[in-house]
Amino acid sequence: MIGRAWWIPWLWLAPTLALLGVFLVYPSVDTVRRSFLDERSREFVGFDNYQTIIDNPNSLAADTHAALLNNMLWLTVFTAVCVGLGLIMAVMTARVRYEAAAKAAIFVPMAISFVAVAVIWRFMYEVDPDVGTVNAIFSELGKDPVAWLNNTQSPQRPFVDLPPADSPAPFQVNNFALIAVGVWNWTGFTLVILSAGLKSIPDDVMEAARVDGAGEWQIFRRIILPIMSPTIVVVTTTLVIQTLKTFDLVFVMTNGRFKTDVVATLFYKEAFVFRDFGVGAALAVVLLLFVVPIMVLTIRRFQFQEEIR
Amino acid sequence: MAEVTYEHVTKRFAEDAPLAVDDFDLKVADQEFLVLVGPSGCGKSTTLRLLAGLEEITEGNIYIEDRLVNDVQAKDRDIAMVFQSYALYPHMSVFDNMAFGLTLRKIPKDEIRQRVNEAAEILGIAELLKRKPRALSGGQRQRVALGRAIVRKPSVFLFDEPLSNLDAKLRVQTRAEIIKLHQSLGTTFVYVTHDQTEAMTMATRIVVMDRGRIQQVGSPQELYERPQNMFVAGFIGSPAMNFFDVVVEGDGDDLQLRAVEGFAVPVPPEKRAELATYKRRKVVMGIRPENIHDNDFQPPNIRASLVDAQVDVTEMMGNEVNVYLLVGGHAFLARVDSRTTARPGQNIRAAFDIDRLHLFDPDTEQMIGLPAEVRASAPPAESS
Amino acid sequence: MSTQRLSALPPGRFRDTLRRLFGRAPLHLVIIAMCIVWSVPTVALLVSSFRDPRAIASSGWWNALFHPAQWTLTNYDSVLSARGMSDAFVNSLIITIPSTLFVIIVAAFAAYAFAWMKFPFRNPLFLIFVALLVVPLQMTLIPILRLYSEITIEGSVPVIGGNFFGVGSYSGLWIAHTAYGLPFAIFLLRNFFGALPRELFESAHLDGASDLTIFFRIVLPLSGPAIAALAIFQFLWVWQDLLVALVLLGDPKLAPMTLQITNLVNSFGSNYQVLTAAAFLSMIVPLLIFFALQRYFVQGILAGSVKG
Ligand SMILES: Nc1ncnc2c1ncn2[C@@H]1O[C@H](COP(=O)(O)OP(=O)(O)OP(=O)(O)O)[C@@H](O)[C@H]1O
Ligand SMILES: [Mg+2]
Repeated sequence: MIGRAWWIPWLWLAPTLALLGVFLVYPSVDTVRRSFLDERSREFVGFDNYQTIIDNPNSLAADTHAALLNNMLWLTVFTAVCVGLGLIMAVMTARVRYEAAAKAAIFVPMAISFVAVAVIWRFMYEVDPDVGTVNAIFSELGKDPVAWLNNTQSPQRPFVDLPPADSPAPFQVNNFALIAVGVWNWTGFTLVILSAGLKSIPDDVMEAARVDGAGEWQIFRRIILPIMSPTIVVVTTTLVIQTLKTFDLVFVMTNGRFKTDVVATLFYKEAFVFRDFGVGAALAVVLLLFVVPIMVLTIRRFQFQEEIR
Repeated sequence: MAEVTYEHVTKRFAEDAPLAVDDFDLKVADQEFLVLVGPSGCGKSTTLRLLAGLEEITEGNIYIEDRLVNDVQAKDRDIAMVFQSYALYPHMSVFDNMAFGLTLRKIPKDEIRQRVNEAAEILGIAELLKRKPRALSGGQRQRVALGRAIVRKPSVFLFDEPLSNLDAKLRVQTRAEIIKLHQSLGTTFVYVTHDQTEAMTMATRIVVMDRGRIQQVGSPQELYERPQNMFVAGFIGSPAMNFFDVVVEGDGDDLQLRAVEGFAVPVPPEKRAELATYKRRKVVMGIRPENIHDNDFQPPNIRASLVDAQVDVTEMMGNEVNVYLLVGGHAFLARVDSRTTARPGQNIRAAFDIDRLHLFDPDTEQMIGLPAEVRASAPPAESS
Repeated sequence: MSTQRLSALPPGRFRDTLRRLFGRAPLHLVIIAMCIVWSVPTVALLVSSFRDPRAIASSGWWNALFHPAQWTLTNYDSVLSARGMSDAFVNSLIITIPSTLFVIIVAAFAAYAFAWMKFPFRNPLFLIFVALLVVPLQMTLIPILRLYSEITIEGSVPVIGGNFFGVGSYSGLWIAHTAYGLPFAIFLLRNFFGALPRELFESAHLDGASDLTIFFRIVLPLSGPAIAALAIFQFLWVWQDLLVALVLLGDPKLAPMTLQITNLVNSFGSNYQVLTAAAFLSMIVPLLIFFALQRYFVQGILAGSVKG
């Protein structure tokens, strides 16, 4: 609008600038600073904290390598499965009459807090096949029950576990068991959004493709996928951000024991249990470094959207 | 190049819904330009989409050439279709939009490029090939949709109201281009429109539909000259035909049609035999506005019957004047010579051309004197 | 018609029906199987929450389906009364509702400025805001905790059973949740506002409306879907939050349900009876909100992200 004073927009932005500055920007900068200081944030120690993460000296109590690897596992497996399942279900449910009911059934877990999710799934994963649903199915199929979350027969002792006997982290069954819970929790989100994206493709565009000679698979690959790609990027980005922040689920289900720690839970342990702010901050910075490529991607996407507006 | 046969085709969308297409039985000749026309919701699009393979047939068969295509998927029917909304692929450039069908058929890249360029040249969109559909105007999008169909070289072209989103001038221009296209391609065209002017100007043969049923099939001229029922009579021709309720009176040479409004019109000799069974009964008399003249500017060599009427409104059209007339409270329209002196409120003497009267049975709404077998189903006329 | 044509298979209804039934059978099977798998855990929880503690510990939830006589409300009873869960439920509401409202208001102001005002650094600033979406909350907690502690020590004003600001107050949580929710909220609303037709703003300006009038009388009323979507997300996230409450909320009297249930989990170990009922109670409100607003939710999130 012509004649609007220069400071008016900044007035509208003021609350946001203040809140984001205090709660997100300042802590980010402060964390980077602390990652170069000692455990009480008094003396400059250079890259020692990062060295600690690399050396992993305390691998029984706080396995930094496992945490980083687990996070990568979450990033790839969780995201891929959620988006894939959501996409398949979006396309499939669009072809049946009970679409709304089917989507609601899959969305319901989304409305359940991670804490409640953890309660449900500890129950599902219970070792005793008379109580745990998953093992009940396993024993019906004639298989031995699996300790889904422990992955080891060692007794539970907080923060000190024997390393698992067979496979190295992160390819332990308990990580996949946790990711399965995450998938169960988040597929409803991808399904609902992707299915709305699918609905926004006009029918006649798909019909035109059909008349042009495209079969179902070609319509999916050459029409639906590319037209929906902005939506798929939104959903994928959201999920990737979600995985990097994965905390609640692991915290409540296993508290990071049995080598299920992710960076966020380990960071929490370092900072609030071991009281080592330095290593904690360094871990957070490493987490942020994971995030940078995704940040770049997101920003690119927004610039792209600016162009077509 | 193909002929298309609809064999008693019926379409019902839901168990309790009325028939969207009811016993559609028609043979479309090779290289014909067939236009399906009718009011909104009469089943034109559905008929077309059944042929395209976008809807499932409820009953009956459809053949393309000699091949039964009831269960053949749209992609395997070798047809191309231009949609009303154009249905361009939003994520592809104009070139890719046009090339899509060809790439799916694994046609060599060189040939694709050549065919697309050729079509783009014909349609005048060669400069737009790199653009995305959203950067095109409505008319340009329409051309791309047309081009996408042309490059395919299909055996049948389908059009579903492709001109309805264009402005009046562009519509006339594109209409002419599609006619030219039909002549140069020599392919079977099936074209849906609700606009009877479009149908009259483009078709070699027209199918008039109403409520899912074929009302009449014929060349534009046949439909105009000899509409077989009141629906076709009222639908074809613009402005629409006037109808009067009349009673057949008199005898022999004196046979005349007396309107409830009072005036009477003599029956021309050729029609007397047809009316033999209607003596002293009501019939419906139809006459087109262009067959009612101002008595002062009557064209030569017509047999006219004069009716006094009051002028209600006049509309100057340029070469002609639309005169809205009243007789005994019944309004009707005449399209008269532009030199007419008729002014609102005045009375004029209207000259009905009695050789151009259309007579209908008020109960069946069928044309009187229609041979019985014609009434049952219209035979395909020779395509011109 | 030639005989060859007539000899082709007649398109009988019977054949169509067969094809419809069996051609689509895999589709239905996959969808229904997936729905069942997805519902089992929730149903298990629901059924268990109505079972006797000993029965839960000794046999699978599915057994209860055959013995409806054993169903009981004792779990709900003990959760609601003895465990202070009803307080936690109220706490959750007190924490969640203002946090949701604040985000909507603050973000809507910023989104309006980004969408319809011109100022230097508009786009870079917007991109930075969106980039903040990916800052992990854990990283911000230590500095914020320190900040809160300092404020709490220096001068604490008690408000609704806590301090006005800082550790151990609702308001500290409200402000924190508002800040954490802002990047996503601004991103969502800005896209929606930007998609509103320009003529709307121009004609309002001509009618003499100020920015504030346009914002409250035109933009907000028209943004129902986007705001509903935002409300659902923010509500779900705050309601489900554990971490922020865990760190910033020292006072156990103020603990929300997530925190309370976690404490139950940790102190009861594998005694499911209380947990089942508590977990189910914690789901009820988000589910209600979701089903009430889901229609808007999809429209809102998609505005501006798919079109074009
Ligand atoms: N997918 C569908 N499901 C149910 N009924 C339908 C469907 N498509 C069309 N119909 C119904 O079938 C009838 C014929 O529709 P059709 O689209 O063929 O009309 P049309 O002649 O093309 O009309 P218009 O000129 O408005 O496009 C209408 O009554 C319509 O409501
Ligand atoms: Mg139509």
